[in-house]
Amino acid sequence: MQAHQRMLDPTPNGLHSGEAPLLQTIGLTKRYGDFLANDSIDIDIWPKQIHALLGENGAGKSTLVKAIYGLIQPSAGEIRWQGAPIVLSGPSEARSRGVGMVFQHFSLFDNLTVAENVALGLDGKESFKDMSARLEQVSKTYGLPLDPRREVWQLSVGERQRIEIVRALMQDPKFLILDEPTAVLTPQEADQLFIVLERLKAEGRAILYISHKLEEVKRLCDTATILRGGKTVETCNPRLETAASLARMMVGSEVKEVKAAAGRQTTVPRLVVNDLSLTPSEAHGVRLEHISFELKGGEILGIAGVAGNGQDELFAALSGERLSKDPGTVVIEGIAAGHLSITQRRKLGAAFVPEERLGHGTAPRMKLSENALLTGHAASGMVRHGFIDTAATLKTVDRATETFDVRKAKRDPEAASLSGGNLQKFIVGREILRNPAVLVVSQPTWGVDAGAAAVIRQALLDLATAGAAVLVTSQDLDEIAEIADRIAVMFHGRLSAPLATSEATREKLGLLMGGSSLEPKEAAHAVGA
Amino acid sequence: MQLVLEKRAERSNTIALVSPLIAIGLTIATMIVLFAILGKNPLLALHAYFIAPLTDGYSLQEIAVKATPLVMIAIGLSLCYLANAWNIGAEGQFLIGAVAGSWIAVKTQGTDAGAWVLPAMLVLAAAAGALYALIPAICKVKFGASEILTSLMLVYVADLFLDYLVRGPWRDPHGFNFPTTAEFDPVATVPLLIEGGRLHLGSIIALLVVAAAAILLGRTIKGFEIRVVGAAPRAARFGGFNANQLVILTFAVSGALAGLAGIIEVAGPVGHLQPGISPGYGFTAIIVAFLGRLNPLGILIAGLFLALTFIGGEQAQIAMKIPLDVTKVFQGILLFYVLACDSLILYRFKLVFPNRQVARGTH
Repeated sequence: MQAHQRMLDPTPNGLHSGEAPLLQTIGLTKRYGDFLANDSIDIDIWPKQIHALLGENGAGKSTLVKAIYGLIQPSAGEIRWQGAPIVLSGPSEARSRGVGMVFQHFSLFDNLTVAENVALGLDGKESFKDMSARLEQVSKTYGLPLDPRREVWQLSVGERQRIEIVRALMQDPKFLILDEPTAVLTPQEADQLFIVLERLKAEGRAILYISHKLEEVKRLCDTATILRGGKTVETCNPRLETAASLARMMVGSEVKEVKAAAGRQTTVPRLVVNDLSLTPSEAHGVRLEHISFELKGGEILGIAGVAGNGQDELFAALSGERLSKDPGTVVIEGIAAGHLSITQRRKLGAAFVPEERLGHGTAPRMKLSENALLTGHAASGMVRHGFIDTAATLKTVDRATETFDVRKAKRDPEAASLSGGNLQKFIVGREILRNPAVLVVSQPTWGVDAGAAAVIRQALLDLATAGAAVLVTSQDLDEIAEIADRIAVMFHGRLSAPLATSEATREKLGLLMGGSSLEPKEAAHAVGA
Repeated sequence: MQLVLEKRAERSNTIALVSPLIAIGLTIATMIVLFAILGKNPLLALHAYFIAPLTDGYSLQEIAVKATPLVMIAIGLSLCYLANAWNIGAEGQFLIGAVAGSWIAVKTQGTDAGAWVLPAMLVLAAAAGALYALIPAICKVKFGASEILTSLMLVYVADLFLDYLVRGPWRDPHGFNFPTTAEFDPVATVPLLIEGGRLHLGSIIALLVVAAAAILLGRTIKGFEIRVVGAAPRAARFGGFNANQLVILTFAVSGALAGLAGIIEVAGPVGHLQPGISPGYGFTAIIVAFLGRLNPLGILIAGLFLALTFIGGEQAQIAMKIPLDVTKVFQGILLFYVLACDSLILYRFKLVFPNRQVARGTH
């Protein structure tokens, strides 16, 4: 089987023959209870290559990377480093061998400076002063400008990622793992990152690049290993594939295309936000400043922007999790609702889907029927004289299951036992089944498999076609472009004037996401669109 | 080969039921060691603790009498704990309830006040317990003060307040200077269920409280609110539930139940107000609440079990000269094991063999 794999190895140069890869996994298997997260995975990482690891959520990418980085012990199989089998006792051992990792979720302390954060993550014994000097030098060398004395909370998400990258580079890794690095970057920032990665590659380092953005992978990577359901599906040269063929390998079937109904009519304004300003409730939160927009029935407004620019605060202000002193700032169905609670807003016909599925959208350790009650108790006839109508809550679960193809082990399992995609389908379904007049949804397909994402996007389009006003906040520009009629961008708590989707090029959106303003003339034109 | 804790995909309902039993088993095993160290015959000691009290009618009644305040207080506490509000001061609320109810008994002493006296005492005791519990609750909601500390500190305030009253203004003038009120009039006394026995009306009230709590938690939106606020605070806020209001509500209800238990104890088995009316019911009830898995029916069973340890402890002291404090040691060890065993609900033990063996075995 090994020989077979080697023959298929599509690496473009023949230099590898005779020498061992930098890192190799052979039959790597990780079992969680009865679940095989990684099923006998073989992957060869060569120096001077950017190797993509592609796969949907739950395909086993994170598990594989954690095993390589020493965070978890494989149940079976082995890892070879420069040809010799190794057992990693932990990440520090992986680091000492020359493996560096940049996680998708940063592990930084907001109240510490850049240099202090880097010092905390290093194993070495050098003095703080020497370390700071080296930090400045490394960041300069690689064109990743950072001020070591600034506190992290003052930095943008892109700058925070730089800290993580510089921290990894300061250990001079032979092999660098990046987990979805562009998920939090503007298109322009992503381009800058690619230059850094090309340079690291030219220096002879190996890079494992985890992503599900296929265009990016085609552009950047030399080899791609595709995982599906914990197994290796294929190792190929992504440049010789099309985005569609890569997607097919990832998903295992054709991805259904999302179709908007032709000739969607917009009706009256159903959600209006008037000059909404809100001071943050938490330290280092984002202040919302003078946000205004109008959303008509039958329309989908997309809000793009890098995470942490006030999207969470806007969601809280719209949902009523945070109240506004001035009732007129949020108008739902013609009624001033800024001072109304989330329950009262639901009664006006609004529905909300937050970004975080577990712990915000649902109570993880409660059953689906109880989670149906969580948002349905206000206005869905599930409660009579203070008593719960269990049959009604179960019916909502059944209808959501049927309408949105929610897959689960039993009729009414705990929310936490569902996969991300299925839980998200349930949450979106739970709200759509209430026939909302206004749906505010945040990151509708974040961390969701392609099949579920298509179902959810289609459901949002259908809801708008049926006359509802839909507000979608997303960091995925492709998603917004696919479903939104107009696109606005959030930056530092301000919302740009919406652009018609046809006019919103990636370049324009990228500029807005980075805080630049478009030409005044153009912006004025877009508002009229 | 190594033993690891592995997370379960879904919580195990079987273990949720069995875990208190495992905890009791482990506690008894530990007690056997402890008795042996004390130089007592473990089997005889266990017999004195757990079997002897179950063999005569008087002890059985006494178990129900002791379980009554434990269950009532623990039900209230379970509502708090489910909602993530940590009322540790039930002992104080118990004492304040006893004091407030006794006020009516003391003031109507020797008058020809009618049958309204006892109901009025119960109502006033519940109200006083609730108000007393609201002090830490409001401090938490308004100022962010830790309710664990404030509710606990108020226990000593209540204790000393009671002490002052029975040594000063309320002392029985014919009581030979003992710090106690006069014996309550019959209209101010909780009626017995069996003539000449120990069982009183309070036990029926405790059962009603258990039933009401079971309905509240299992069937009503308020009960759901309590559970979801504790289990997932952010999701609860998203659901439109106000955690602060719930802190106020659950503290008030648990304070009311503790106060009610206090006056029932004083107007029932004790018969007058005096220091030391509680052998730590308010604290033992915390163990009862957790041993009963914060479930009303579970709390009823756990309350009876811990009442058994009180009675058994007295018997063991009389029969075998085992110090009464061993009962408290027993209760402490039990709480420790209960909390430890709870991790088995979400995790399971697994034996892991070295990598290679598995690799060769399965491929």
